[in-house]
Amino acid sequence: MQRLFNNPDDIVDETVAGFVRAHRDLVRLSDANPRVVLSHACGTGDRVGIVTGGGSGHEPAFVGYVGETLVDAVAVGELFSSPTAKAFLEAIRAADTGKGVAVLYGNYAGDNMNVKMASRMAAKEGIEVRTVVANDDVCSAPMADRGRRRGVAGEILMWKVGAAKAATGAALDEVQATAQRAIDATRSVGIGLAPCTLPANAKPNFEIAPGTMEIGIGHHGEPGTAVTDLKPANDVADEMLKIILDDHDLASGDEACVLLSGLGATPICELYVLYDRIERELGERGIGVHRAFVGNYFTSLEMMGATLTVMKLDDELKELIDMPAASSGLTVRSAG
Amino acid sequence: MTSFPNTGSGAMVRKVAQIVVENRGYLSEIDGKIGDGDHGNNMAKGFGRAAERIADDDTLDASFAILADVLMGEIGGSMGPLYGMFFSDMGDVVAGKDRIDALTFAAMLDAGCEGVMAIGSAKAGDKCLLDALVPAVAAAKANASLGFPAVLDAVRKAAAEGRDATKDMVAKIGRASRLGERSRGVLDAGATSCCLILTALADGIEPRLG
Repeated sequence: MQRLFNNPDDIVDETVAGFVRAHRDLVRLSDANPRVVLSHACGTGDRVGIVTGGGSGHEPAFVGYVGETLVDAVAVGELFSSPTAKAFLEAIRAADTGKGVAVLYGNYAGDNMNVKMASRMAAKEGIEVRTVVANDDVCSAPMADRGRRRGVAGEILMWKVGAAKAATGAALDEVQATAQRAIDATRSVGIGLAPCTLPANAKPNFEIAPGTMEIGIGHHGEPGTAVTDLKPANDVADEMLKIILDDHDLASGDEACVLLSGLGATPICELYVLYDRIERELGERGIGVHRAFVGNYFTSLEMMGATLTVMKLDDELKELIDMPAASSGLTVRSAG
Repeated sequence: MTSFPNTGSGAMVRKVAQIVVENRGYLSEIDGKIGDGDHGNNMAKGFGRAAERIADDDTLDASFAILADVLMGEIGGSMGPLYGMFFSDMGDVVAGKDRIDALTFAAMLDAGCEGVMAIGSAKAGDKCLLDALVPAVAAAKANASLGFPAVLDAVRKAAAEGRDATKDMVAKIGRASRLGERSRGVLDAGATSCCLILTALADGIEPRLG
């Protein structure tokens, strides 16, 4: 195993420690819980607080989206494992300014339980909490059963929109509704070319045979819908786009925000190869890309592959995506 | 009616924790076949840490409260809240009691099971810890009038049968559920750890009955 770590049990603590040091201009560690990272503006101003959280190993998600006009507080879990209810609770407490807190997170069993428990505990303390559960991963369940779909890189666009809405001074119900609208307008698909390994296990828990790719793979190696021969990049881009467009109501004349993330081990140049084809193919269909994000935005340790995320924009979503924001994972400077 | 004293239960709970820690590798290995292979690591971490904070003469409810606090506060994942609720709600039933008889024990298991079901969205048959727990609770309630030793035997037997039955099930919850048919043929790690815990608890109670 060609990996860099000390004791596998310490990886997350050391990741958080290093992250907080490296990005001290944007974030700080909670005094109350060593698994909660806060933005400098967390808990200040007259606005709804934005909280998320999830397992580690997806960096820059989730800690990398703590920042200005982005996420206020993040609960940090073990590698690929939900944060504790107490970490979510502390994140909620820290983010509350009295206007309530929106917890915007991904659809996984552990996160659902821990957020539910934290929300109950927060309610007892008089903090109003609303949740939005991201379920953008097309291949994880049929559209008719969207409640079972997992949340993947579309969460980033949900945080961006939710936090921007909160920054306008909107009430909790409006922030929740807008974040919900953002994820409803978003679809993602992943393809895997090589598996990933939890250092404590020392070997991958799933396999992808050389020369093949897994279409629809999840962010922890959850099986996809098909295993095919690995094809040239343009064919892969077309296949990913087809899965999204078949599931989405994008039509000629629509505008989209596109996020293409590597899964950890895929060279960034290959992401641009894919992206070039994707934007051209969207253009062929009359769909304009208003703003694109290409890079390692939501990884899965050293998995090889990529996730394509497409959000259909309306005037409000466009405005919220364009609002300046700063974090180590995502920075938006001006209108696109 | 036979019963065991609430105080002095800490040693027994520490023994349960020790058995979980000893099975770290086994539980991770089962989990690795259809899950992400961290069940044994997370369980051992939680139970091991709790054992360090439980004193031998602690009451059962105090011991369970410490265990629940560590699982919910420091472990996370899915098993943290599920087992956290299990021990927390079991502890509530025996809090303040001097002695625990078979009826109270059955009510305690029942409350723990309700707690698990309230926080999760699973049910028996989904290939999860409830497949060992639900039949064990039913066995405890059905045998409560036959005396404590009969209850403990029934719980051990029902939990083991429930655990073994998960081998033929297709997972409907958790990460293994994404595998569909590919999840068949392997024991469920949660049902296995639940059976371990219930068996160790029964084994610990038996010599203390009086």
